[in-house]
Amino acid sequence: MVERAGTIQQQRQRSAWIFLLPVLITIAAIAGWPLGRTIWFSLTDARLDEMEATRFIGLENYLWLARDPEWWVAVRNTLVFAGVSVTLETLLGIIVALVLNAKMRGRGVLRAAMLIPWAIPTVVSAQMWGWMLHDQYGVINEMLMAVGLIAEPRAWTANYSTALAAVIAVDVWKTTPFMALLTLAALQLLPDELYEAAEIDGLGPVGQFFRITLPLIWPALMVAIIFRTLDALRVFDLMFVLTGNSRATASMSVYARQQLVDFQDVGYGSAAATGLFLVIAVVTALFITFGRVRLGGEAGR
Amino acid sequence: MTLQQMKPMRILGRAGFFLLVLAIVAYTVFPFYWAIVSSLKGGAALFSVEAWPSAPEWSNYTAVFQEQPFGRNILNSVIVAGSVVALSLFLGVTAAFALGRVQFRGRGFLLLVILGVSMFPQVAVLSGLFELIRALGLYNNLFGLTLSYLIFTLPFTVWVLTTYMREMPMELEEAAMMDGASPFVVLTRIFLPLMGPAMATTGLLAFIAAWNEFLFALTFTLTDEMRTVPVAIALISGSSSFELPWGRIMAASVIVTLPLIGLVLVFQRRIVSGLTAGAVKG
Repeated sequence: MVERAGTIQQQRQRSAWIFLLPVLITIAAIAGWPLGRTIWFSLTDARLDEMEATRFIGLENYLWLARDPEWWVAVRNTLVFAGVSVTLETLLGIIVALVLNAKMRGRGVLRAAMLIPWAIPTVVSAQMWGWMLHDQYGVINEMLMAVGLIAEPRAWTANYSTALAAVIAVDVWKTTPFMALLTLAALQLLPDELYEAAEIDGLGPVGQFFRITLPLIWPALMVAIIFRTLDALRVFDLMFVLTGNSRATASMSVYARQQLVDFQDVGYGSAAATGLFLVIAVVTALFITFGRVRLGGEAGR
Repeated sequence: MTLQQMKPMRILGRAGFFLLVLAIVAYTVFPFYWAIVSSLKGGAALFSVEAWPSAPEWSNYTAVFQEQPFGRNILNSVIVAGSVVALSLFLGVTAAFALGRVQFRGRGFLLLVILGVSMFPQVAVLSGLFELIRALGLYNNLFGLTLSYLIFTLPFTVWVLTTYMREMPMELEEAAMMDGASPFVVLTRIFLPLMGPAMATTGLLAFIAAWNEFLFALTFTLTDEMRTVPVAIALISGSSSFELPWGRIMAASVIVTLPLIGLVLVFQRRIVSGLTAGAVKG
């Protein structure tokens, strides 16, 4: 009997690897291999039109990258974009989640409405907001002028000082619902008894939030923040559609793709892409170290 | 606090709460409303701000299909997203069975690798993938897009399905194994029927991700006929490069948003549970 259980276990493990093989091969072929090639290209002078005739040039591309002020502008834009938009999304998301968590009629409809900005293509939200922010015929200029906040129409997306803020505003609109829904899911798992006990102890609503709610939803919130941050760091569509390759908003992804495709400089573009990859790896490591999140631990549950 | 004071306070509180709800709804819905209003305005009416067009017309909607192969673009998106969902579910459910039900060495490491792949930036594989797609002769080909989209749908499908697979009771398998069923039989006869709802949820999320993808679609296709919907909408241009046909852009935006609104309204519970199961990217 023991022997039989042993062979079953072995048989299961063998078939587990067979079941895994197709996925592992696919991931190696379409993710591992291209990533390796990108890193290799970053050490060469590869051009888009003649990718075969490439020469190994060591770290030269990276040295150029480090000396290019445009690259550092892109790094700054990306970090500001990710930092500000994720912070605003988290704060707004918590407020919206607390509202949706209250018992009221029409909550289901409201929750469905929140999903729509998340579900539509980023390109569509960028175009809709691009039109609303239009310098001559945009409804936002009309509204702000009607309430007297601005005296004349502004070119929100073309103006260097407001372009990044405009891009952030669109991102906040699109992704706050995502944060709200993940927070709401965490809120709904909290037992009512906790709050009944807190009420007896005379803890007010604000105290309840900071002493009970926030610590309990923190792990779920942290996971949502990590996913959003990593997503925000690789942002591309939003800038590409709203402001093109404009220096005011160009993210690291926009910069890398411009070098790669528009300037056909595969070697240099790959170096920029690898740079972004490293930034994301560092941010992930920081989050896991300081956010006290154990993604691996959760996986092994 | 006396009873008389209590009442106005509560009314004020409720009114404030109601206003907050109203503000959230307005903030969420207004851009859609404005897109619909703008898409129904023709000619010079587009440039006047009015809450509802005085003479609504459909000219922008017909123009979208006449001025560019938008019907073809929609078909392309359906083909690509559909094939991506089918492939990722097929590959994902077998892998999830192995990762969720079998104890073996290296399992935790594999899960971490899969999670890592879902996190790395698309632009980091762009040049390598471009080379691969050209070598396979799939440049400007829909299957090239299907293949490249597996990069982000596959890890996430495996991850979410593994979570669901783990929650299934152990007794299910044990009984079947006592009867001498092979792992393949256990997967196809026992788990597959039970995984239906989970696969619907995961498939739906993969569909939305593939439907919305922009960077790969922009880079790996060349001609208007091969473009997917997001690229087509991003590249709509007018007769002059300075004046964009905003009416047409809004009409196209409304057209691709409506089916997504339908999906969301019908499947909102599933979507939310899928999102929390995987805590996926937004």
